[in-house]
Amino acid sequence: MANQDIPNQEILLEMYKKSALAKINDENARRVIMNGSLPMIYYSPRGQEIIPAAISVNLNDTDSICTIYRGMHDMVCKGIPLEKLWGEYAGKSTGTCKGKGGPMHITHPETGCMLTTGIVGSSLPIANGLALSYQIKNEKKVCVAYFGDAASNIGAFHEALNMASIWKLPVVFVCQNNRYGEHTKFEKATSVAKISDRAVAYGMPGIHVDGNDPIAMYNAAKTAIDRARNGEGPTLIEAMTFRFYGHVFGDQDGYMDKEEKSKAMADDPIPKFRAWLIEQAYASEKSLTDLEEGFDKQVKEAIASALSAPWPELDELDIDVLAAAQH
Amino acid sequence: MESLNTQITTVEAINSALADAMTIEDGIILLGEDVADPEEGGVAGVTRGLSTRFGDSRVRSTPISEQAIVGAGIGAAMAGMRPVVEIMMMNFATVAMDMIVNHAAKLRFMSGGQTQVPLTIRMATGAGLSTAGQHADYLEAWFAHTAGIKVVTYSSPAEAYGLLQSCIFDNDPCIFIENFIAYAQKGAAPEKNSRIPLGKANIVRAGKHVTVVCYGPQVGVALAVAEKFSAEGIELEVVDLRTISPWDKATVLESVKRTGRLVINHEAVKAFGVGAEIAAVVQQELWGDLVAPVRRVGAPSCPVPYSRPLELAFMTSEADLENEIRLALK
Repeated sequence: MANQDIPNQEILLEMYKKSALAKINDENARRVIMNGSLPMIYYSPRGQEIIPAAISVNLNDTDSICTIYRGMHDMVCKGIPLEKLWGEYAGKSTGTCKGKGGPMHITHPETGCMLTTGIVGSSLPIANGLALSYQIKNEKKVCVAYFGDAASNIGAFHEALNMASIWKLPVVFVCQNNRYGEHTKFEKATSVAKISDRAVAYGMPGIHVDGNDPIAMYNAAKTAIDRARNGEGPTLIEAMTFRFYGHVFGDQDGYMDKEEKSKAMADDPIPKFRAWLIEQAYASEKSLTDLEEGFDKQVKEAIASALSAPWPELDELDIDVLAAAQH
Repeated sequence: MESLNTQITTVEAINSALADAMTIEDGIILLGEDVADPEEGGVAGVTRGLSTRFGDSRVRSTPISEQAIVGAGIGAAMAGMRPVVEIMMMNFATVAMDMIVNHAAKLRFMSGGQTQVPLTIRMATGAGLSTAGQHADYLEAWFAHTAGIKVVTYSSPAEAYGLLQSCIFDNDPCIFIENFIAYAQKGAAPEKNSRIPLGKANIVRAGKHVTVVCYGPQVGVALAVAEKFSAEGIELEVVDLRTISPWDKATVLESVKRTGRLVINHEAVKAFGVGAEIAAVVQQELWGDLVAPVRRVGAPSCPVPYSRPLELAFMTSEADLENEIRLALK
């Protein structure tokens, strides 16, 4: 763990809860895909959970996030209700989006999950807009844009950072550098060794942090979110991590460095965090086991409920395309 | 009704529509390249005076970053505002198509109605100023092909005012198409805060022999041609679509059912254009009522050329419309 300010026990346990729930949710997602009970397109965020856990404990309920197709952990950590999330995964009428968006477009404004985009880089310009509204209305709210390392090579990233900086928008750009953009290694596709260095070009702080270290990640998140909330402008955080299950779940990982991958998986940040909490006497083995069993039960109940829920009615094709007549 | 006696330009009408809407609702903000007063209120001065009147927070000149401009408009709209963003020229929308097509248009549906994007995207275009291939395209068919977005244009200053007001207060993303050449066009001033409903066409001249469906500056062209035919005893019914998508099928079908003949007139490239969709629907719905094949006026499948004779040959004209009407009357 980083040699930095350690948050209090309550925050540490909240971070563990969030990251453990995201991990357990992912394990169940892979299980139901593999056993054929819920086939879906799925981009596993397994291995990256500490990042949104550390971000989310620094956010208020009224703050918002914009995330991407590999964003389940971001939304679970923000507090999206599991039953609605799974309803959407199953394409059912009980889903967050009535089954019309699916895994790549989960949205739940009540918990601040404003956008999930399937387009690399597109979370950033829209997060700016939410932040612009908070700024104009003087609401002291913050928007977080999550994205991957590959998104830092698309134009939207550069346009959005520049605009956020000149207008000092209350937005935090959180790059989850998981070392691969689809099948291509980060180094092969990116001109800089650190994406956080790109912040210099836009006149904002860039923080390079071990995104798998809960203490370091917590401090990075707190610094950036406090800064945004105080009207000092945006920050680019590059949180180093690793994705355990390829680009889209089911791909054969042929493009990945086997040694790098097995080392990263052996270094799984969640069991590490768990062991540290017990060792430092922040929690007992039993309390965490009880917690995890409770989460697994909750997730399985959400899945069962989603699987038995009704499909959307076919007239949904004509609903929500345009607003219902207002004039 | 003193306003009816006042003549204003289209630029003044659009400027007033923005100002009057901003006076009513604080959530209306303007974003775009050069839109604020230090930058002279845009290249054509359409937003001149608004940043001085409503402040730098609500009227912001942006970097030349169309994705960021439209993205900021989308996010602010999702947060409950009613942003009006300006894409200086319609061709520049191409660099923001992801934001417009994948996001603005689809978020209501993809979120199951939980979020909405009440965003107006103003963009100007028009051949005839020798600006060539990247500053003069009419791309309305691209947007009309995308579900979830409304496409609107106007045929006079008062129409511009009323339709833009409706776009701003509409809960869906609207593309509002402006025309460079018609910016200076004068017409009767609108009544303050008057709105023209979206999705409703306007029969601007009644007639019984041929229906001409058109929009934008082509409405004026069609009215001029109608005068000419009237002298020959042939009465054209001129239908201004106003909203290109979703288009007012009922009004068009009712008109063509009466006249039995339809010519669709637009400045955009004819192939795969708006006219193709209207023609297909009319021929399917009114097969037995048509007395002539549906005909179309549109530009050739060619980038807008620079050289004056080439540009004039590329652009649709009164003569083109007259010719197609005569063929429909054969």
